[in-house]
Amino acid sequence: MSSSRISIEDVKHVAKLAALKLSEAEEARMQAELNTILAHMDELNEVDVSAVTPTFHSVVAAGALRTDVVLPSLSREELLQAAPAQEAGGFAVPKVLDGDG
Amino acid sequence: MSELFSSTLIEIAQSVQSQKRSAVEVTQATLERIAALNPEINAYLYVDREGALAAAARVDRTLRDNPTRALPLAGVPIGVKDNLCTRGVRTTCASRILEGYIPPYDAHVVEQLRAAGAVQLGKLNLDEFAMGSSNENSAFGVVRNPWDRERTPGGSSGGAAAATALALGFATLGSDTGGSVRQPASYCGVTAIKPTYGRVSRYGLIAFASSLDQVGPLTRNMRDGARLLSVIAGHDPRDATSAVVPVADYEAECGRDVRGLRVGVVKNITAGCEPAVVKAFQAAVEQLSKRLGCEIVEVELPHQRYALSVYYIVANAEASSNLARFDGMRYGLRVQGEELQNTYRKSRAAGFGAEVKRRIMLGTYVLSAGYYDALYLKAQKVRTLIRGDYTRAFSQCDVLLTPTAPSPAFRLGEIADPLAMYMQDIFTLPPSLAGIPAVSVPCGASPEGLPLGLQLCAPHFEEARLVRLGHAYESISGWKPLALQA
Repeated sequence: MSSSRISIEDVKHVAKLAALKLSEAEEARMQAELNTILAHMDELNEVDVSAVTPTFHSVVAAGALRTDVVLPSLSREELLQAAPAQEAGGFAVPKVLDGDG
Repeated sequence: MSELFSSTLIEIAQSVQSQKRSAVEVTQATLERIAALNPEINAYLYVDREGALAAAARVDRTLRDNPTRALPLAGVPIGVKDNLCTRGVRTTCASRILEGYIPPYDAHVVEQLRAAGAVQLGKLNLDEFAMGSSNENSAFGVVRNPWDRERTPGGSSGGAAAATALALGFATLGSDTGGSVRQPASYCGVTAIKPTYGRVSRYGLIAFASSLDQVGPLTRNMRDGARLLSVIAGHDPRDATSAVVPVADYEAECGRDVRGLRVGVVKNITAGCEPAVVKAFQAAVEQLSKRLGCEIVEVELPHQRYALSVYYIVANAEASSNLARFDGMRYGLRVQGEELQNTYRKSRAAGFGAEVKRRIMLGTYVLSAGYYDALYLKAQKVRTLIRGDYTRAFSQCDVLLTPTAPSPAFRLGEIADPLAMYMQDIFTLPPSLAGIPAVSVPCGASPEGLPLGLQLCAPHFEEARLVRLGHAYESISGWKPLALQA
């Protein structure tokens, strides 16, 4: 399967998924660049991976679990310090409109 | 004063520990050196002058009150890459989206440095969000290679490598995802270690690719690197991928014999490299064999040629997920839109640079419905094969040898094509994908006098082996570090 033919519509769709607002010029440039990069990646089609399991973790760490007790964390004040806007002890965020924004 | 800056990290630590020198005196001199030399190089984005002097005074006080308190990095001024969180000190990842951000906590490695008596100098420049191989992707200006100011220092830890080469600090901490401490070390003629994945805690390292990122030291010699690695390595329960594996005595490896060590070399590994790299690599193989008594073994890594494609699918997929948190809501830049979705899009568009956007787009694409199997899943399967190549190779040899980079440092602005830029990491990417440790040590210079690097790789958690061979090689390589002016 060739994955190297991205249309401007594809670019717009991916930009939406990635929550990125791109200008028309940026969209065109992105289309060209992504197509070049993805064309190179077609080389992976040469490899027979029918009997191979994926590696999501190159080294699996043991001991990732601990007893379920509450441990100290950062305070509300510390965490709100970097907030662009705060209200009533929380992050003030723009309203969510119905449907696609 | 250049006598001070020619000292090693260990010499400085010893002189402060024994109170022959004060930490304040060393820090003051280092700050003056940075003030004089940093403006042209732009290695430091921010110097915490007050914080550094206060920390140095604390170290002096501690040792005065209790001279037997062992501080392995007593009074040593160290800079850290600006993708490591430092409490109360601005941390930007060289991005506009985090301009002005002040973390409320320290990264694990920052805590470890402080506990060992080190003095935090400030934050080092990088490619934005650690995405790049030249430090040209920083939103706050390029970094210039101290060996030739018209050239890049490499990336993404360009600031760290340049600062280490120029003794703007006695060591630095960078981060490495696909080569980001090793390649700049190669370009700047310094030593760097990329630990085994999981060896060093990633808590407080602002994530790029979570299955690849590691923090690594950059130093002017291997013994210093060994000490710094000992300080930062070890289990941290706050990082779920942190390994529960004992930390070896890396420093003790320095000076140990390497006679009979099997060094693996892939046939024609230098094909496609610049002539100077080919020559230096061949010379290094000769020296390892003839002067150090290593056994050179030919090995194969048949799937290594796919590493670039695998890496840029996997790393960017992970990055697209990790960078979703920069949305203008809880920290960083917010560009107000009419409502929520628009605020996300505008903030991110305004805050991220071109390379970051490119990688987020690529990563989002490979994870999206219809492409996940053909791209992301496939790449992770080829990753298994790449890792398998190393397992096989290490049954035949103890350490693997490659050049660190296919060329010496290139000129600022010379490489505009994204794919051509990605090719700079051709040797450093495969070890990252396999999670194995790797170091870069200086191994000669091009006819223009530009540094070249040698990469050594070992099986998981065998950093000791790399320190041993790296140190042995360093002692006979004849490498001359950058001459320091007063």
